[in-house]
Amino acid sequence: MALYSDKVMDHFLKPRNVGVIEDADGIGEVGNARCGDIMKIYLKIDDDIITDVKFETFGCASAIASSSMATELIKGQKVEDAMALTNKAVAEALDGLPDYKMHCSVLAEEAIQKALEDYQSKKSQEK
Amino acid sequence: MKIYADNAATTKMSRAAIDTMIDYMENHFGNPSSLYMIGQEAKDRLEEARATVAGIINAQPREVLFTSGGSEADNQALLSAAKFGELKGKKHIISTAIEHHAILHTLKKLEKQGFEVTYLPVGTRGIVSVNDVADAIRDDTILVTVMMVNNEIGTIQPIAEIGKLCRERGVLFHTDAVQAVGHLPVDVQALNVDMLSASAHKFHGPKGVGFLYVRKGVRLFNLIEGGAQERGKRAGTENLPGIASMATALTESVENMDAVNEKIRPIRDYLIKGLGEIPHSALNGDAVDRVANNVNFSFEGIEGESLLILLDQRGISASSGSACTSGSLDPSHVLLAIGRVHDVAHGSLRLSLGEDATYEEADYIIEAAKEVVAYLRSFSPVWRDLTTGKSQFIL
Repeated sequence: MALYSDKVMDHFLKPRNVGVIEDADGIGEVGNARCGDIMKIYLKIDDDIITDVKFETFGCASAIASSSMATELIKGQKVEDAMALTNKAVAEALDGLPDYKMHCSVLAEEAIQKALEDYQSKKSQEK
Repeated sequence: MKIYADNAATTKMSRAAIDTMIDYMENHFGNPSSLYMIGQEAKDRLEEARATVAGIINAQPREVLFTSGGSEADNQALLSAAKFGELKGKKHIISTAIEHHAILHTLKKLEKQGFEVTYLPVGTRGIVSVNDVADAIRDDTILVTVMMVNNEIGTIQPIAEIGKLCRERGVLFHTDAVQAVGHLPVDVQALNVDMLSASAHKFHGPKGVGFLYVRKGVRLFNLIEGGAQERGKRAGTENLPGIASMATALTESVENMDAVNEKIRPIRDYLIKGLGEIPHSALNGDAVDRVANNVNFSFEGIEGESLLILLDQRGISASSGSACTSGSLDPSHVLLAIGRVHDVAHGSLRLSLGEDATYEEADYIIEAAKEVVAYLRSFSPVWRDLTTGKSQFIL
């Protein structure tokens, strides 16, 4: 059996939403290079809808696949729905991750939370 | 193209080693402890294999103990030295920061039992200094254990000099020679070692078999209790097909050693040169004092596991010191010991070439590595920070 599911490999080999949004409304970065994983999520939000999302990841195949899947899951979603995204949902959408790689899905959840919090704090400052 | 470049992990069995193993399974199934002819014939063949292995390392047959592999040999060597040292009231052991986990984890266990271990540094070249060993020896030092060749960066340690020193100072000396036997000349007299561990599957023999050389007069205690096999030092019916196959593989490896090393060393250097063209990369370990088949590089801004999987997609089997390949959070202790910071240690690639390596394969590996590293850097936030000046390049 391969180390990863076909879904993980698909998202690792052809990651969706890779890149940067220059005028992002929210940015979230989690992890550190010391531990071998960094994820950075960029959000474009209009009228509380996530209209665009991009990511950059330094990490293993499951970290890259988790970032890719998480961005797909929240694209087009309302902010409050994206807030409710769990690492479990990311892992399930990838047809599972090896136990010792579950932290990659946690990082994806945290990166999105952080980007959404960044968006909300920027929004509240504007008011 | 399919390239197996992880020969430090394991090697493909040679045809002759497979043939020996099958022959022994089919035709020499007797238990060497049995009295009847079939058993005694098996016993003769066991001793023949022992004599072959002993002859190759310049030992006496009775000094060779067959084990299940390198890890068992390492465990038995260290635990025995510790136990008999303790009886004399001595509890200090000297080793290095770059040993295999079979050594390091056994030393950790001994530390919990009250032994004191000095882990010597290896500098940026990845080679321990004989003077450091000399300075570390104390009145209560019972054992020095230093690997002959490092499994990750391939650096060759000054075993003969350390052995000479230990002999002069009356301290037992063990070397984990798992990556050396079959690849470098190993003569236990010239090396002045008291104990030496080896594993068959690193030199085209089968898995699950290895040996421990134990100089006459050095005391051992059993890890496995039971029958009186292996002079009472290792119970359990001998794995004769594996042992005979190991003897065949070792004979063959030693015969081919010089030719193989001469052939693959320039290919190794060609790879080092080619991979060195990747910006912000560096060779890990000394460029000269390393085995002929080892290349180990760090690439800044990327992580090793994703690198390995992308290389695997291109038909290349390799290895990395990244934490993600080990299931722990820390990258390779060897890369950290030679001064690589965590970020850089995560982005490492080890290639250990086989005897059939070619320049064509080296070109393919270099091209694949260039592509894959550039691809991973294209969406790495670490690389972005480096290239935009937010953080400083190390390599």
